[in-house]
Amino acid sequence: MEPEFTIDVHGMTKIFDGKTVVNGMDLRMRRGEICGFLGPNGSGKTTFIRMLCGLLHPDGGSGSCLGYNVIRESEKIRLESGYMTQRFSFYEDLTIAENLDFVARMFSLPGRRASVEAALEWLGLANRRNQLAGELSGGWKQRLALAACMIHKPRLLLLDEPTAGVDPKARRQFWDTIRTLADGGLTVLVSTHYMDEAIRCDSLAYIAYGNLLVHGTPAEVAGDSTLEEVFVRLMDGVEDSYH
Amino acid sequence: MNHSHTFSLPRLWAIVVKEFIQMRRDRLTFGMMIGIPLIQLILFGFAINSDPKHLATAVHVADHGPQARSVLGSMKASGYFDFIREVANEAEGERLLATGEVQFLVTIPAGFSRELLRGEKPTLLLEADATDPAATGNAIAALKIIARSALDNDLKGGLAFLQSGADPLELRVHPKYNPEGVTQYNIVPGLMGVVLTMTMAMITALAITRERERGTMENLLSMPTKPLEVLLGKIIPYILVGYAQVGLILLAARVIFNVPMVGSLTLLLAVAMLFIIANLAVGITFSTLARNQLQAVQMTFFFFLPSMLLSGFMFPFRGMPGWAQMIGELLPLTHFLRIVRGVLLKGNGFAEISGQIWPIALFALLAVVVGVKRYRRTLD
Ligand SMILES: Nc1ncnc2c1ncn2[C@@H]1O[C@H](COP(=O)(O)OP(=O)(O)OP(=O)(O)O)[C@@H](O)[C@H]1O
Ligand SMILES: [Mg+2]
Repeated sequence: MEPEFTIDVHGMTKIFDGKTVVNGMDLRMRRGEICGFLGPNGSGKTTFIRMLCGLLHPDGGSGSCLGYNVIRESEKIRLESGYMTQRFSFYEDLTIAENLDFVARMFSLPGRRASVEAALEWLGLANRRNQLAGELSGGWKQRLALAACMIHKPRLLLLDEPTAGVDPKARRQFWDTIRTLADGGLTVLVSTHYMDEAIRCDSLAYIAYGNLLVHGTPAEVAGDSTLEEVFVRLMDGVEDSYH
Repeated sequence: MNHSHTFSLPRLWAIVVKEFIQMRRDRLTFGMMIGIPLIQLILFGFAINSDPKHLATAVHVADHGPQARSVLGSMKASGYFDFIREVANEAEGERLLATGEVQFLVTIPAGFSRELLRGEKPTLLLEADATDPAATGNAIAALKIIARSALDNDLKGGLAFLQSGADPLELRVHPKYNPEGVTQYNIVPGLMGVVLTMTMAMITALAITRERERGTMENLLSMPTKPLEVLLGKIIPYILVGYAQVGLILLAARVIFNVPMVGSLTLLLAVAMLFIIANLAVGITFSTLARNQLQAVQMTFFFFLPSMLLSGFMFPFRGMPGWAQMIGELLPLTHFLRIVRGVLLKGNGFAEISGQIWPIALFALLAVVVGVKRYRRTLD
């Protein structure tokens, strides 16, 4: 049975060497929601996402992800979610097609070859399939990584700055794809530093120094001013109180 | 959602295929895998000498006269021979030699004392396992002197005439398995084990640390993988590399060094598989313990050095102090050296080497278990 909230976690906390990097964060996301995850560099976005898919053990917190216990059932969460890392983490000494094939095998996809072909088609890289991933430009690497983390048709996407370094046309294509998939029930948590992307999200979560400061629809968050103004003001306020 | 919660062969295969492709594209490592055996072959083409004592010796005594006892007493006093077993017949002694339990078999024939007193020059037979000539050479030389002087005290007074001129007894030495005492016969087969220990452990030691350093570990961990799948997936492709090295050294042994190959090559190749796996497994365990590639390389050296020094490759095993022999017994290389020499030079069959197989298997199993236990499934 589909749970009401795809992500429903409370008090998520991570401490590195005595430094609290994520501080008691709560987050709820409905099925089919696209949530923009914003915050200055080093605010704990990557750390929070890693805790959701079991790559880091939380030092505190509980809840569920895809209906599975976020602490104890990370295996099941991994199987049904796609995580795109901030740093390119596919194999640079494998070709585009080999990387996709590897992921398809790891998820034991039934129609493996067809899935790989479909991903290549979506990427528009079918004719460069035999090029080494390491030889791709930064933006193309991002697109390959995105295609790879969606190949097993996950129900939840955790995307860590998926469009960093990607050109405007490809970014629009990416957001169009995400929107279509979300309409079909895919839930997406996506971190970004771009305001034009934030506006396209259903909800926004703004985090600074590990604390969730604002959570709401873009309209709620922006109020009378622009999102950018709000975030710069938030950043200034937080810096004042921390320094 | 099949294969998700148990060990999955398709996922294991996915990693094997991936590792294969990466290995093929990594020219430098591939060159090293072939280059290291070649360099070692050149470096160790010569021998290293020493003077081992207390070599395990079996005795077959068919005469219990006082003169026979004198000879044995002098042999023992020389420090070279430790009589660990008395055998009832020749066949039993031969078996002990073949399995390597003893280095020598001394036979005192029936009527030894009587013939000696009559001046009939009885034969004292010494059969030696000469696969490692450095280990037996000095002991044999010492025995030649013993044979001449052992009976000095017994043959006094009226018997003194027996001592005049020639030796009172005839010493017959049968160096078995390597009659000419060619050290390369010993070194070159041993090199097979040394090269495998070094390169196999090294290559897998880098396997997981490399994924961590390149950042690909984050992606691998975010997929539904089991530790055993990752570890085995990284071990299996390199078994082939190990066999390429074995082939190279066997070829050099045959063509350049003319090492005799008495036993079954099939048997040797089968056991080599186990030994290769043991070393790959210890490497992968280092890989799970090390924080970075440099640490992994250092750990490999900490494993490689004692293997090289205490396995009987550098120094004759029986010549080492007891504690060193004890450490040596724990290392897979020690047992593999006995197997390689046993099969190639002595023509050992499965029965003779089985005692050396299980320690290697146990070592491999332990290494895999520790590796699986230590494999970190998070980035913490
Ligand atoms: N493995 C780690 N060990 C120690 N500290 C860490 C570790 N990973 C992250 N940190 C620290 O945690 C803090 C948050 O890092 P995180 O990567 O989550 O930030 P972020 O919001 O993703 O930043 P960015 O926008 O630059 O990607 C940083 O101060 C970082 O130095
Ligand atoms: Mg980040």
